[in-house]
Amino acid sequence: MPKEKEVQSLSEVTVRFAGDSGDGMQLTGSQFSDTTALMGNDLSTLPDYPAEIRAPIGTVYGVSGFQLHFSSNDIHTPGDRPDVLVAMNPAAVKKNLSELKPGATIIVNTDSFDRKNLQLAKYETNPLEDDSLEGFEVFPVPIASLTAKALEGCALSPKEVSRCKNFFALGLMYWLFDRPLDQTLNWIQKKFSKTPVFIDANTKALTAGYNYGENTEIFNTRYSVEPAKLPKGTYRSISGNEATALGFLAASVKSGLPLFLGSYPITPATEILQYLSNYKNFGIKTVQAEDEIAGITSAIGASFAGNLAITTTSGPGLALKTEALGLALMTELPLVIIDVQRGGPSTGLPTKTEQADLLQAIYGRNGEAPVAVLAASTPSDCFTMAMEASKLAIKYMSPVILLTDGYLANGSEPWKIPHVNELPEIPVKFRTEKEGFAPYLRDENLSRPWAKPGTPGLEHRIGGLEKANISGTVSYDPDNHDLMINLRAQKVKNMVNDIPDLTVDGDTEGELLVLGWGGTYGAIKEAVIKARKSGYKVSQAHLKYLNPLPKNTEYVLKGFNNVLLPEINLGQLAKILRSEFLLPIKQLNIMRGLPFRVSDIEDKIKEILGGNE
Amino acid sequence: MSEQIEVKDLKITAKDFVTDQDVRWCPGCGDYSILAQVQRSFPDLVGIKKENIVWISGIGCSSRFPYYMNTYGFHGIHGRAPAIATGVKVSHPELSVWVAAGDGDLLSIGGNHFIHTCRKNVDLKILLFNNRIYGLTKGQYSPTSEKGKITKTSPYGSVDYPFNPISLALGSGATFVARSLDRDAKHLQEMIKRAAAHKGAAFIEIFQNCSIFNDGAFDILTDKKTKDDNVLVLEHGKPMLFGANKNKGIIMDGAKPKVVEVGNGSHREEDILVHDEFDESPVLATLLAHLSDDPAMPTPIGIFRQISKATYDGEVEAQIHTVTDKKGKGDLEKVLFAGNTWEVN
Repeated sequence: MPKEKEVQSLSEVTVRFAGDSGDGMQLTGSQFSDTTALMGNDLSTLPDYPAEIRAPIGTVYGVSGFQLHFSSNDIHTPGDRPDVLVAMNPAAVKKNLSELKPGATIIVNTDSFDRKNLQLAKYETNPLEDDSLEGFEVFPVPIASLTAKALEGCALSPKEVSRCKNFFALGLMYWLFDRPLDQTLNWIQKKFSKTPVFIDANTKALTAGYNYGENTEIFNTRYSVEPAKLPKGTYRSISGNEATALGFLAASVKSGLPLFLGSYPITPATEILQYLSNYKNFGIKTVQAEDEIAGITSAIGASFAGNLAITTTSGPGLALKTEALGLALMTELPLVIIDVQRGGPSTGLPTKTEQADLLQAIYGRNGEAPVAVLAASTPSDCFTMAMEASKLAIKYMSPVILLTDGYLANGSEPWKIPHVNELPEIPVKFRTEKEGFAPYLRDENLSRPWAKPGTPGLEHRIGGLEKANISGTVSYDPDNHDLMINLRAQKVKNMVNDIPDLTVDGDTEGELLVLGWGGTYGAIKEAVIKARKSGYKVSQAHLKYLNPLPKNTEYVLKGFNNVLLPEINLGQLAKILRSEFLLPIKQLNIMRGLPFRVSDIEDKIKEILGGNE
Repeated sequence: MSEQIEVKDLKITAKDFVTDQDVRWCPGCGDYSILAQVQRSFPDLVGIKKENIVWISGIGCSSRFPYYMNTYGFHGIHGRAPAIATGVKVSHPELSVWVAAGDGDLLSIGGNHFIHTCRKNVDLKILLFNNRIYGLTKGQYSPTSEKGKITKTSPYGSVDYPFNPISLALGSGATFVARSLDRDAKHLQEMIKRAAAHKGAAFIEIFQNCSIFNDGAFDILTDKKTKDDNVLVLEHGKPMLFGANKNKGIIMDGAKPKVVEVGNGSHREEDILVHDEFDESPVLATLLAHLSDDPAMPTPIGIFRQISKATYDGEVEAQIHTVTDKKGKGDLEKVLFAGNTWEVN
């Protein structure tokens, strides 16, 4: 009988799974997340993987990681530094060691610490045998050979057996953090329903890992993290890309318009196209176009024909869509462009996150070409903002850019699922009345009528050439051009009446406001909470509408002696706010392709407030 | 008491397709004729309502076309007309969608969209106004200009080889490929009506004279004196005869086409190659596409090939029906609450 093991209760833990790109770390991490979500913990995840699909085995640059922060409290980030690292090979140790918390737990697959793998990871000596892991609590587990032993008698090749080792590691982690196996067992059943031999093998590996924790002498303590006290409701775990896809699906249902997505696959936006391609029974049409330009131009065609038309992309794709975006603006057609920002410029860091497309989104077109720009703040907020973007585009007959980013796209969090009847309605008005029709008539919002082909008597022509206001005929008249530029700008400004005011968390005036936009919300939120715990007085506000800005933006900012604006760029929003409001803005800019660490922001808050403690 | 019922003739005429916009092409431009032939043939299109017709264009002289057609119209950006049209057609399949494009627009900047539209067999009618020159930018060589052409950007002669648009369309998978001439009104009208009747990607190359920058480029095919000996009119099921007295014909010499005299004792009409525009194989059509590569051979006009194949827009629609039949109409509430959910009380 193994002796009874101690259970220690923790309020929060950050775990990172790391291994080769082919080791199944993303799968392991997302399984652990799903189970943790089902246990009622609040959680936030950060998948971090290389752009190469299968980088050379054993190398540091081929290491794929999945970080997960879970807690019995409300949390907002995937965690700064892991408490626990599961390392499948020496390269995973090498890559992640410097990021761990002092005293962190490291579970290593000792089988992979052979000469070859040590060399590939550029270790001169075995870190398990020298003092390089000093200060950490290391649990050496021969994961590969234990998996092989558990699978003895299975009709699998040695390579296939080796592929099951991530399930052993997962089982061990389930034991360590007191999680049930059911969710993953069910998943295995479904996933491998056509190949029972894999069901058997993965189930055995998972269970063996769990039992190893239970029975071996190595582990004396296991940990429990109680469920978080989240608002009442039904929850699911959701990533930003999935939330974005569902948001547009909901916008289609709520507007009664068929959804059309023209898109070209690009990391990290591709998943939105993949998700939406599944919902054919909602009448959704997805066109995987020949290029980025065809993605947006086919969407413009679909918008002209009366659809809720969208196009998804990332930074390089937004650059290619620039000219067509101007066309959508000139023809005054509703269109939503989703830019899942990644590290740039050029090809940059395809799988990493950044916020450096803001100026491109707001200004990046020829001519005076203002468009609405929105940004989601958390993975689940992508759902809300996708609906918001659709609503504004339709109401104002205007293109709208929705910015998310690689972190939001791939990261996940619990989402309190809204009921369909709680979602906002999206009213749509098609022009059918022949009497008095002109293509560029304007309503009280300055929007022109949407008259779709197929409507008798409303045959009309639109296009990229300047149009005479009201009549919509081609016009080179100097005064008309001046008028039209102003009308198009005013139309975007009018959207301010449809967007919520900027709210402040904390006092509405004082020494310091930390302002953010987009995916930095969680890190700022947590930094502000921590600073307050240390006695600092600090407020937070987060912009989800970048163009136009909420009408009380200036008022809010002027309530503070200091405004700190952390951005994962060189200060793009800071530049806009300074020019808009002539206010000094303090910047914090770190562009590592990763979300901010909470501590980066917290340190800056303390630096600004200095002796205010 | 009986009421007199007035019966109005609702027949649409060419005039109904004329807009109130002044046409702004240069005097003598071949585009006038193309516009006229489209307006004259459209009333005859079977089963197509005027409000269901959409003209899409890119940039260039010919791309002003939609402004002059009293239908729905969209003047897009350079080269992108086939992609815009794809969006219109796929999202709204009941529409009859037409593209007007020049050689620079369709084959240079828009080449990618053109080949993929053909490949996908999107049900679009694409009219290429091929004048072998850039007109709107005032006279630079185009991707269909002959090698050695002297223009403003090629003062010593262009070193580019031209595209063969018919061969390109065939190679890209267009299911209807034809050629006509701006000055052959009757033939052009016929081609427009045949393209309209075709379901799938239909392409008509129209040789169009640019009276300012490339005047006379197609004179040999349109001049009364020369056209009979230089134009081969393709007609399905008919021998490929040409010449004023139909005294010349095409035969195959091994795998090579050859011109022979007919009726002088050497060759009979029965020896002459017979056109089969419905041939599933693209071999004959491709051979005809390259016939005039040899200056001694005539230039074919007419339908090179048309085949029946499921369209992209039709397949998209069919898939929606299949999946909906199988899974039932989408229920948003179910989708939102799908997968692993948990309750917080």
